[in-house]
Amino acid sequence: MNAIIVSALLGVVMMFSGIFTTNKTIIKNIATVGVLVLLAANLMEMNNLFSFDINTHDLIVTQRYGLFFNCIAFGATFIYLVLSASDITEVGVNAAEYFALIFFVLCGVAILSSFNGLLMLFIGVEILSIPLYILTGSDKRNLKSNEASLKYFLMGSFSTGVMLMGIALMYGATGNFGMVHSSGLRGAIIAAQQPPYLLVAGVILLFASMSFKVSAAPFHFWTPDVYDGAPSVFTSFMSTIVKAAGMLAFIRVFENLFTVLGPTWHIIVDFAIVSTLLIGNITAVFQQSVKRMLAYSSIAQAGFMLFALYANNTEIAKEGMLLYAAAYSLATISIFAVLIKLQDYSLDGFNGLAKKEPVLAFAATVSLLSLSGIPLTAGFFAKYYVLAGALQAGGALWLIIVAVLLAAVSVYYYFRVIQAMYFKEGDPQTLPISGGFKAALIAVAAFIVILGIWPSALLSWLYF
Amino acid sequence: MIPVLLLFIPLVAGILGFFIKEQKAASNWAIVASVVTLLTAVIGIYAMPASMHQFEASWLPSIGASFSVALDGMSKMLVLLTAISMPLIFIATRNNNYSKPGVFYALMLLAQSGLMGVFISMDALLFYFFWELALIPVYFLSSIWGGEKRIAVTFKFFIYTFVGSLLMLVGILYVYIHTKDHSFAWSSFTNTDLLSGQETLPFFLFFIAFAIKMPIFPLHTWQPDAYEQAPTATTMVLSGVMVKMGLFAAIRWVLPLFPMATKTFAMPIVILSVIGMIYASLIAIKQDDIKRLIAYSSIAHIGLMAAAIFAGGTLGLQGVQVQMFNHGINVIGLWILANAIESTLGTRKLSELGGLATKAPTMAILFVVLAFANIALPLTNAFIGEFLLFNGLFQFNIWIAAAAGVSIILGAIYTLQMVQKVFFGELSAVTANATEINSYSKWVLIVIVIAVIALGVYPQPLIDLTKDSVNALLVIK
Repeated sequence: MNAIIVSALLGVVMMFSGIFTTNKTIIKNIATVGVLVLLAANLMEMNNLFSFDINTHDLIVTQRYGLFFNCIAFGATFIYLVLSASDITEVGVNAAEYFALIFFVLCGVAILSSFNGLLMLFIGVEILSIPLYILTGSDKRNLKSNEASLKYFLMGSFSTGVMLMGIALMYGATGNFGMVHSSGLRGAIIAAQQPPYLLVAGVILLFASMSFKVSAAPFHFWTPDVYDGAPSVFTSFMSTIVKAAGMLAFIRVFENLFTVLGPTWHIIVDFAIVSTLLIGNITAVFQQSVKRMLAYSSIAQAGFMLFALYANNTEIAKEGMLLYAAAYSLATISIFAVLIKLQDYSLDGFNGLAKKEPVLAFAATVSLLSLSGIPLTAGFFAKYYVLAGALQAGGALWLIIVAVLLAAVSVYYYFRVIQAMYFKEGDPQTLPISGGFKAALIAVAAFIVILGIWPSALLSWLYF
Repeated sequence: MIPVLLLFIPLVAGILGFFIKEQKAASNWAIVASVVTLLTAVIGIYAMPASMHQFEASWLPSIGASFSVALDGMSKMLVLLTAISMPLIFIATRNNNYSKPGVFYALMLLAQSGLMGVFISMDALLFYFFWELALIPVYFLSSIWGGEKRIAVTFKFFIYTFVGSLLMLVGILYVYIHTKDHSFAWSSFTNTDLLSGQETLPFFLFFIAFAIKMPIFPLHTWQPDAYEQAPTATTMVLSGVMVKMGLFAAIRWVLPLFPMATKTFAMPIVILSVIGMIYASLIAIKQDDIKRLIAYSSIAHIGLMAAAIFAGGTLGLQGVQVQMFNHGINVIGLWILANAIESTLGTRKLSELGGLATKAPTMAILFVVLAFANIALPLTNAFIGEFLLFNGLFQFNIWIAAAAGVSIILGAIYTLQMVQKVFFGELSAVTANATEINSYSKWVLIVIVIAVIALGVYPQPLIDLTKDSVNALLVIK
């Protein structure tokens, strides 16, 4: 509960801070400290030191797994703010409001990691999404940003509608909004030998709308345009923390629901995984803009995270989901932080960066290596855990072979950026870069490598 | 403790090396570091008790992976090769100048560390780690300091090997879930509950990775380009040591893990290897570029070793071990000469060379000895190796041995043709002003030539080093 309440409060604080000061540095610092407070509050609950005691009638149930995910999400947000907070204040005039919206998104994240019924899932998804529609369109004078925002809003609302429809059908079938983790819907599912068609239809609609939220194919079409059109700082946030939270919600809600679909379940997930990986990886190869390439890469990475969904009841898949969330968020936040500093987002804009800004190029390289899953970076173990989870859950070997072959494709487009930075000549124009920014980038790179050697550094906290 | 030192001396030296700015200082640093590694290896292997040859530490207990390294019979030979070749390479190429020399030498040392790791890992996940890590420094070395087409060529090489290693990762996972104690340890991997029918799939997942690295026909297409475009010092590492990763891995991770599948598929693999030998030899005859010629000749030699591995048998496997070492130092010698010719004359084209023997007699003598070793003439070290290899192949199938024998004749053709075109005949416009080989390269070559002849006359030390491991391997099978 701590995370939900504190993040909502911090959102309000940020909104009002805009009234009292227009100094961007102060606002920025309040936000950064705010995230730390949020993290501390969450840790307190995790260690049973203090938590708000509110009777939610089992709508919200906090578990160590969800709280740990919160820690990762808030930690990633902290790193994100350290690296990019000053760029957030440059997007438009209402700096304080952007931070407020980010805190509201985090509130949504906290709900998604602890919901215990379909109703709370719906509320969480909405709290998460609505601030994002605004952030996407926050660059008001940019037509692309406006277009992206409108597109995202229309498609997002439609998918929310589909989700509500699914929930309604499931309610109709079972007479229960579903306590995913206790009695209620779960009991009804187990009791029903032959699940009613109404329920099956509802589950499939829910699957479709959750696929939309995590941009899994064939519901991914909004992703490239929205990620490309949104201001880059917010793309970074959307494609990492928000996507990981969406994926977590996806996995949590289907933890028991998948039994409804019987053997069809694996066919559906197989299809989702293969098409997501295929579309994400193959299309990314042809992109000339690094920002757009990262948008497709985020689709491809979602395909790998879906493996955790495939094997959602095994311990290793759950750990893999957390590790993937951390590894992917760190790498993507750091590569976006570098991208934002460049004037030219095209591949050629990276030419010769290693000569001009060796630290930026190095950090970007570590991130790209991690995204491609090369050993000694966190990305390797993330991929390893989810694949091992799928294999242990009896996953077909062909599926895993397809996945690793597409991972090899991903090397192609990630390494093109490395090639541009190190092997090509050029004079990239960058925004002014501070020493603190470089130090933070190095720290993130070091963290990626530490997780790549010793993932237990993170995962062991799950069991304390 | 020794294997850990072998891993960390080059690693730490490499990381420190990044901060050196000057050419000479960086080169000195690399030489010192590699000589220390060499001393550690030699003293460790010959003077330390067996208890010092192993090390195990906890790494990821929850998934059954541990940091387990060992210097056993299988790895000693290649560890020694890795340790010897690096100082030779560094000294021989001391006159080469690089932009950002500190980074160059640092990456070379990191590659050495990765190679050591591949050879000493006794844990499949750790092995996979080093398998990839040995590749990354080479990728940067070739892409930054290589020839004109370096970026595309190196990228092809990288993607090729990366696809292979990802398939191997799936294979590792597959075997892992079939181990009895859910562990990545080599001992668990060689003792799984895989049925003979279940071996086929993981066998090929592993085999493709190693076949790309060796390379076995038809997966060899990355190699000549990569050798040609890489800076010479890196080419030496690639062909002297790195291709041995594939051969070594087949011995360590394929034969004991999948004995049934190895037996079933031995014939097609041996045939492919022999086709590759003859094919590469024929292409080598038509080459005009010295680097490409050596590259194709290397494919032919490796093909013979690959054939012998899958043909099995004590003599053949022993021959592979001996020959891996011999081929390593011989080919490094040839690259040093190619480098000397290119750096003094500015060309590698055979058609532009000629009559060099009159201008550079020492170089000619050294080259001829190494050329003889390349054809495996008696009294050179390669003879005993090839003899054992052919012996193994002969016991496997007489016709295949005969076909493989053709490549020896072809080998003599292209090697002697090369010697003739470079050192004899008329002086060309390019070679008219040729000078003698520089003293760094000369002394390294003299050391190599002495080793070639010494091990040719008395190969027993090499055979002793590997005997136990080959016998142990056959017991497992």
